[in-house]
Amino acid sequence: MEPITIYKGRAAALDRKNVDTDQIIPKQFLKRIERSGFGEFLFYNWRFDETGKKRPDFELNQPHNQNTSILIAGENFGCGSSREHAPWSLKDYGFDIIIAPSYADIFKSNCMKNGMVPIALTQTEVNYLMERVSAPDYELTIDLPNQTLKDGQGFETSFEIHPYWKEMLVKGWDEISITLQYDKEISAYESQKKAVSSI
Amino acid sequence: MGKSIIEKIWDRHIVNEEENKPDLIYIDLQYIHEVTSPQAFEGLRLKGRKVRRPDRTFATMDHNVPTVNRYFIEDDIARKQLEALEQNCKEFGIRLADLDSPDQGIVHVIGPELGLTQPGMTIVCGDSHTSTHGAFGSIAFGIGTSEVEHVLATQTLWQTKPKTLKLEVNGKLGHGVMAKDVILYVISKFGVDFGTGHIIEYCGEVFRDMSMEERMTVCNMSIEGGARAGLVAPDETTFSYLKGRKYLPKGEEFEQCVQDWKSLSSDEDAVYDQEIILDGSLISPMVSWGTNPGMASGVDGKVPTLAEDIMDPKELNRAIEYMGLEEGMPITEIPVQHVFIGSCTNSRIEDLRQAAGMIDGQTVQKGVRAMVVPGSQSVKRQAEDEGLDEIFKSAGFEWRESGCSMCLSMNPDVVPAGEHCASTSNRNFEGRQGAGARTHLVSPAMAAAAAIHGKFVDIRNLKRTEQVQ
Repeated sequence: MEPITIYKGRAAALDRKNVDTDQIIPKQFLKRIERSGFGEFLFYNWRFDETGKKRPDFELNQPHNQNTSILIAGENFGCGSSREHAPWSLKDYGFDIIIAPSYADIFKSNCMKNGMVPIALTQTEVNYLMERVSAPDYELTIDLPNQTLKDGQGFETSFEIHPYWKEMLVKGWDEISITLQYDKEISAYESQKKAVSSI
Repeated sequence: MGKSIIEKIWDRHIVNEEENKPDLIYIDLQYIHEVTSPQAFEGLRLKGRKVRRPDRTFATMDHNVPTVNRYFIEDDIARKQLEALEQNCKEFGIRLADLDSPDQGIVHVIGPELGLTQPGMTIVCGDSHTSTHGAFGSIAFGIGTSEVEHVLATQTLWQTKPKTLKLEVNGKLGHGVMAKDVILYVISKFGVDFGTGHIIEYCGEVFRDMSMEERMTVCNMSIEGGARAGLVAPDETTFSYLKGRKYLPKGEEFEQCVQDWKSLSSDEDAVYDQEIILDGSLISPMVSWGTNPGMASGVDGKVPTLAEDIMDPKELNRAIEYMGLEEGMPITEIPVQHVFIGSCTNSRIEDLRQAAGMIDGQTVQKGVRAMVVPGSQSVKRQAEDEGLDEIFKSAGFEWRESGCSMCLSMNPDVVPAGEHCASTSNRNFEGRQGAGARTHLVSPAMAAAAAIHGKFVDIRNLKRTEQVQ
């Protein structure tokens, strides 16, 4: 996983609530056995019409949202299925950071396992950013170690992230290698007979 | 201060507890299916890692499998995914209920059937409806593929202790009101994210009175309210369901398990982070009209209007436009062209009995395509023994092989764009049953009645309903 510390980028606004993972990556694209190449299917049914042509009114198809790497969305982003294909497709499309008032639990966890930062801000802050992001020179800077987000035009705020996840993301660690260092503890747990029922 | 069942199970599974870290919790059982596992196995191979406990891992094929001519998979990519699962299970020594197995079926149907799912366990699967297994008094939740890989390699997960939510529904349900209606009512009242960050404990007379099948329907849809997991404390209903099932201990050992499971129930003075109390007698048969499970109403209700100001106008407009409805339209005027009875929410034997019970010699309305997809081969066999397949077939329903089918339409079972489907599944998201498809979530009895009438009907007004219950 690529470490993330200070991150700069332009943002796109998707002003919709409860965006579910079926919209982020529709089921017909879940049959592949690789982790890569899902970006072209991101928001497929919103981005493309029945004939495969781009829908000009969809937010991400609009000119000012091209070459953005931060996605700002409404509350409860990523609800629905546990498919990790959702963060894979966002990341592959080019989004490294998501900003929203709240997230579905599984989606949030899936993002962090893929070196993406799901930042929760207040609805007022999200609205403020959404109103401004279409300006061509508008850029956001995220400082993950210090947990701050700035726009270079006077807006600055801080966000919460569990220290465990912050460390994982800042250092770009592989979680399984960390956990394998707890082998002794896991074996000790397994050897308590009562703790684990037989199947 | 007493503990809730949620805290009791959690505490039993802590492998490591440190400041500034989530708990490292032990996972008793992981279920695997073809869609969310190939990348996890590939991850293990790339790093030369092994599966720590193949004996605590169980796989099946469900999401992609065709429900007719199941051995003939036209879709090359889907076939490759099924082959990958077979290969991975062989390579890593994992039990697999493949298409030839008498145990094959939807992962959340076969786990309980086989007695793999047991009270007090921690259970995960790369599928958000893993919450189903909470019906047995276990902490069961869906995970992403990276976590699938993590559990395969370590049999543990780093998890922040979730908050607890007590959801109590008292009183008696009216006739024609089923488990599905209860959970849809709750989500329509509190929204699709009221449970985020929480595990729900379902308490009160309504859940106590429910069968295991009904409890599974409720727990299954915990995730649609945002809760990763929801559970019901195990009781005599649970124990008598479990007794004698394939993977459970027998005789004295089983009785010892029961004693232990009884101790899991929440202490009387347990404190929850949130509590909700509802009156079950107020619940009507439900129908979802919109594009998430919170957008649902009683069958005697109407599609909301902007003037009622009950939700974000943009969201309401988008939903009614996608669904092809009008503001204020009575639910019973929504036409139905497709009926799907199946999915991990409602494809068990009781669900099929309830649906079949509504038919009473009538036939599927002209212009309606209706299908029944049993949740597992075992459900299918039992239904056939009881003659339910004949009731469905002679009424004009298609009788299929087991799988996830039209719940997410990864296999060839798809609803065409612009058409309405009365579905016993769990999600009515845009495009869920096919691009442009319009899904309405209902109970199995409501779905069967919709097939016969070609529209939604209030089953409380049908004579048949009283006999079925």
